[in-house]
Amino acid sequence: MAKVTVDGIEVEVPNGATVLQACEAAGKEIPRFCYHERLSIAGNCRMCLVEVERAPKPVASCAYPVADGMKVFTDTPVVRNARRGVMEFLLINHPLDCPICDQGGECDLQDQAMGYGMDHSRYREEKRVVKDKYVGPLIKTIMTRCIQCTRCVRFAAEVAGTPELGGTNRGENMEIGTYVEKALTSELSGNLIDICPVGALTSRPYAFVSRPWELRKTDSIDVQDAVGTAIRVDSRGPEVMRILPRVNEAVNEEWMADRGRFSFDGLKRKRLDRPWVRRDGKLAPATWAEAFAAIAKKLEGLPGDRIGAIAGDLVDAESVLALKDLMAAYGSANLDCRQDGAAIDASRGDWFRFNSGIAGIDEADALLIIGSDVRREAPVLNARIRKRWSLGKLKVGVVGPKTDFTYPVKVLGEGPETLTALLAGQGFAEVLKDAQRPMVILGRGAIARPDGAAVLATAWQIAEAVGALKPDWHGFNMLHHFGGQVGALELGFVPGQGGKALGAMMGGNIDALWLLGADGFDPARIGAETFVIYQGHHGDRAAARADVILPGAAYTEKDATYVNTEGRAQQAFLAIHPPGEAREDWRILRAYSEGVGKTLPYDSLAQLRARLAQAAPCFATLDAIPASGCTDMTAPASNVALGSAPFVAALPSYHLADTIARASEVMAECASIYGGAAPRLAAE
Amino acid sequence: MALADKDRIFTNLYGAQPWNLEAARRRGNWDGTAAIIAKGRDWIVEEMKNSGLRGRGGAGFPTGMKWSFMPKQSDGRPSYLVVNCDESEPGTCKDRDIARHDPHTLIEGCLLASFAMGAHAAYIYIRGEFYNESVTLQAAIDEAYDAGLLGKNAAGSGWDFDLYLHRGAGAYICGEETALIESLEGKKGMPRLKPPFPAAVGLYGCPTTVNNVETIAVVPTILRRGATWFASFGRPKNSGTKLFCIQGHVNKPCNVEEEMSIPMRELIERHAGGVRGGWDNLLCVIPGGSSTPLLPKSICDDVLMDFDALREHKSGLGTAAVIVMDKSTDLIKAIARLAAFYKHESCGQCTPCREGMGWQKRLMDRMVEGRAEIEEIDLLENVTRRIEGHTICALADGGVWPVQGLIRHFRPLMEERIAQYKARHTTMPMAAE
Amino acid sequence: MSHPEPDHFAFDADSNAQIEKIVARYPEGKQASAVIPLLYIAQKQMGRATGSAWVPRVAMDAVAERLSMPPIRVYEVATFYFMFNTKPIGRFHLQVCGTTPCWLRGSDDVLRACKDAGHLKGYGDTSQDGLFTLSEVECLGACVNAPILAVDDDFYEDLDYDRTVALIEALRRGERPQPGSTIGRQTSAPEGGPLVLHDVPAAGE
Repeated sequence: MAKVTVDGIEVEVPNGATVLQACEAAGKEIPRFCYHERLSIAGNCRMCLVEVERAPKPVASCAYPVADGMKVFTDTPVVRNARRGVMEFLLINHPLDCPICDQGGECDLQDQAMGYGMDHSRYREEKRVVKDKYVGPLIKTIMTRCIQCTRCVRFAAEVAGTPELGGTNRGENMEIGTYVEKALTSELSGNLIDICPVGALTSRPYAFVSRPWELRKTDSIDVQDAVGTAIRVDSRGPEVMRILPRVNEAVNEEWMADRGRFSFDGLKRKRLDRPWVRRDGKLAPATWAEAFAAIAKKLEGLPGDRIGAIAGDLVDAESVLALKDLMAAYGSANLDCRQDGAAIDASRGDWFRFNSGIAGIDEADALLIIGSDVRREAPVLNARIRKRWSLGKLKVGVVGPKTDFTYPVKVLGEGPETLTALLAGQGFAEVLKDAQRPMVILGRGAIARPDGAAVLATAWQIAEAVGALKPDWHGFNMLHHFGGQVGALELGFVPGQGGKALGAMMGGNIDALWLLGADGFDPARIGAETFVIYQGHHGDRAAARADVILPGAAYTEKDATYVNTEGRAQQAFLAIHPPGEAREDWRILRAYSEGVGKTLPYDSLAQLRARLAQAAPCFATLDAIPASGCTDMTAPASNVALGSAPFVAALPSYHLADTIARASEVMAECASIYGGAAPRLAAE
Repeated sequence: MALADKDRIFTNLYGAQPWNLEAARRRGNWDGTAAIIAKGRDWIVEEMKNSGLRGRGGAGFPTGMKWSFMPKQSDGRPSYLVVNCDESEPGTCKDRDIARHDPHTLIEGCLLASFAMGAHAAYIYIRGEFYNESVTLQAAIDEAYDAGLLGKNAAGSGWDFDLYLHRGAGAYICGEETALIESLEGKKGMPRLKPPFPAAVGLYGCPTTVNNVETIAVVPTILRRGATWFASFGRPKNSGTKLFCIQGHVNKPCNVEEEMSIPMRELIERHAGGVRGGWDNLLCVIPGGSSTPLLPKSICDDVLMDFDALREHKSGLGTAAVIVMDKSTDLIKAIARLAAFYKHESCGQCTPCREGMGWQKRLMDRMVEGRAEIEEIDLLENVTRRIEGHTICALADGGVWPVQGLIRHFRPLMEERIAQYKARHTTMPMAAE
Repeated sequence: MSHPEPDHFAFDADSNAQIEKIVARYPEGKQASAVIPLLYIAQKQMGRATGSAWVPRVAMDAVAERLSMPPIRVYEVATFYFMFNTKPIGRFHLQVCGTTPCWLRGSDDVLRACKDAGHLKGYGDTSQDGLFTLSEVECLGACVNAPILAVDDDFYEDLDYDRTVALIEALRRGERPQPGSTIGRQTSAPEGGPLVLHDVPAAGE
């Protein structure tokens, strides 16, 4: 530790800390533009200059290492003059177009100008104008506003691992861009908007939409992948205006994936905003009472094993539990939440969780990825792997299709035969064995196939064989795809005693099927005679097949709990009300149950949540993951043999992977630009 | 007294003789190199310290001390010597002569210096515009390899040493040592933050010393003739001989090796045929390359050409490029052109330099015309002060000093220009425009 | 980009031979160091192949590929350094040094001569016949021989208006005058011959 005195305040900071960190420890705010704590240090904006005793010139505090006994001064005439100078230089060529700038009100340059700017300009020369650049459908550029801090260049190269941005030309002609006009290929590109300290990179879908002070800010969770990214939903009146990430060091740090950020226009489109009932073969608008009556009539008297329920990918835990309870009341054990047919054994949590934890990636020293395109299935989690890789000494082996992970990987093979070899201790297994903290990531897609149970069991056995399952380290990790999947598994929304799985419910094996936001399988597989209830928020694939539609709430429209791939339960809050007659899903189920005399035993969200906490331990302690470590090595059972088909990418299109995204025009544009509708990667 | 021919290090400065190894050996190069190395690393560094040699690239940092910063024991990383032949400071053209006429003094110096800092490899970074010079230098390196002077057991010294030539591509900033390292690594020449200093983390993250060509090229002679010999020239702390580039409004511009601390007037009159139109026709002199503030004639009359004497007058020896301007010079324009140079060469990394150099240049352009207000001279001065000392590297400092020097010594000239402009334009209604 | 970009570039045998030697100068894994040399090779190859020595974007991509660098890092380098022509140029690149040391010695005359004899409108212009492109460059580092005109890689020194015109006309005729001082000076020695270095160890004939 080093003792540093900042403006007379003595603080202790670790050796190797920067002067800026020491200043922050002393409670001194240091203005900065180029410095960002998650990026490499550039030291180019010169805003953070401070005086250090005996240094001949003011030093850039963001880059200057502390020394024991150092005396730092953050508020002297020299420092103030330096910062005012920098501010003046930044502004001479800045357009000062705050009134028409989307960054206005949340702009670092604007804020700092209040402290260090002058009330007039001394610059009488011609101002620089920089041509705007095209970088894709998500980011709008107004490059004359750029202050060349290079945060975006560093983010793209370091965090996203897609080095496509750079500063070309030099001196005052330096321009940030891609040089060759092209859309950025990162799934994390929206973060560029957040890290840009000025209005040079702004959100294209949010352009000229709102001012920050007009927005109501609601904490929420991104459900469009299984990472559980902490987000903030900004709304105005009945509309979601934009979605931004929040900091959660354990999960997403401060990053967010593009699909979750930019598909919010899909929340307004193709919505189910009133009940519908099929009459004479055609869906017709109905009242809630009519819809409930139609369901009640159909279900009444049906034996429990002729009724089934399927939970979708984006569902909240509360409604899953309510549906499970309702099905129990009907005597049905025909439940499933594995729309993709993944051979998940939900009887033990660590067989389907990301047990190392996302933050556990930071500790891993060898990684085996099986059948997962991590970059597109969980961009933020992939960035965490990249971050770990960039610190050095992480070896990554991949079994599956060859794609750009944004860090170097060794492709070991494409199919299950490679797993057999690994289990036999060959090749990369040695690397895993030699590691202190070996990790195996099994993509959910790799077990959504006929030999899925065998793949799951083999992956577990590999983890055990290489020493990834230890009392203090659980190196077996399943990577799920959506925010509703794990919660349903935790609640055991899988076939009960004698119950049917999704496949067995198809083709007319049951008479009534309750779909809770279940759009993840082909509804044509449902038997023609089966009565289908679709409860959900979007008129996507399944709604058209329904006999009764119950309009539900999207994740932004309810207080709800979601469980991420780690098994971390987190709460999202209602940002806006559901449209039209749509209602929160658990309330729909509760209302229905009362009408048919099978009243669910909770009248309020608090009561329902109390029951949730009893149903699965993760709901009892929010925002936590089960203690890492494995004491029971028993592998999930398999009664099938490994096949030979190569693993394929699970999500054919990143931008169109879920119901909300499929309703989004922005995502549709992305898909057309990035070729999202193209055939599966495995076709290569 | 002038430097005698027998005390000159650069005996083929003008290329009167061939540059090749055979001729170089006859001039004394590569004589007893192995024996010098046999005296050991510590002896060489000590001898360099005793010689009083200060870096010839402009900053004047003591060379022996710089070498002593290099690690004595390797932690597994190799050490590197990088020789700065990115000679781009306006007015400076001395390293060019070494590269094309005396390459073997440089190559031998590279071996000795590298040995003294524990480096088995060195890179010479030569500016891209010196294409023909690079061809000669490369040929000399090839020749040295063929003669066993480079490579394994270089010059029979027992020291393995590889020397590579690397061409730049037109960027003044690459003369800054960390920008040069960045450039050599294949990046834009943008200076690095210090610390860490190159001696700790330099080329490829390894301990590195960057020295100027002239600094390295004088090493073999110093070590052969002794520190005392070298230190006998010039005033204390300013010792040695030095290449001067005398140019501008002199009768016979030339490069010449002279003793440090020679009076400026003697230097100009003895070697360059004097100021055009006589000494009294002198307006001012930029004494050490474009970054060093100009000195009016009154100071030039008796100032000595060394680090300390020029610093006393708020200028510097820099690269010892003596730019002479007689009374016919449009001095404001001469300095404005330097402002344009620094704007063109700013790498664009630091805010004050990137933005400030353009502002300074545009203000100076108006000063040339006189299309300005008197108060704008103060604004100009203030802008330069806001740039100075606030950037990662010293380009910005060097870029504002010429303008500061102009204002310091010739403010009345600037005011007069403004008054003339106003006089010409007062009859028009929109005079200020 | 307002000029036509070729849609393909591949290093030829000549270039490939040079590349091998150059990449070997840098340690294992540090081949990015060769980016400037390879851009030069690309530019020269374009000169050989088309008569216009410039670096089209596809050539930058080829360099990136060869050195396993992200293309943007090559674009940055190619646009940062002044000697890479990112647009087509004429067969002869007339580079007038306009920095103060040359300006004091008459670089304005050199510029005027280039415009007159080369039929050039000003800096940045390429003559109608495609022979000459005129650029202003910063200090070339030959200041005691000012003013300087660099023609491609060669410095022509101690110029005035007439000698510059004569040089350009010679180039037009397909001649390549000997580079160096145009008034017969011995390199950087004062006009009329060296005043020093008369008493140096004999160097043979």
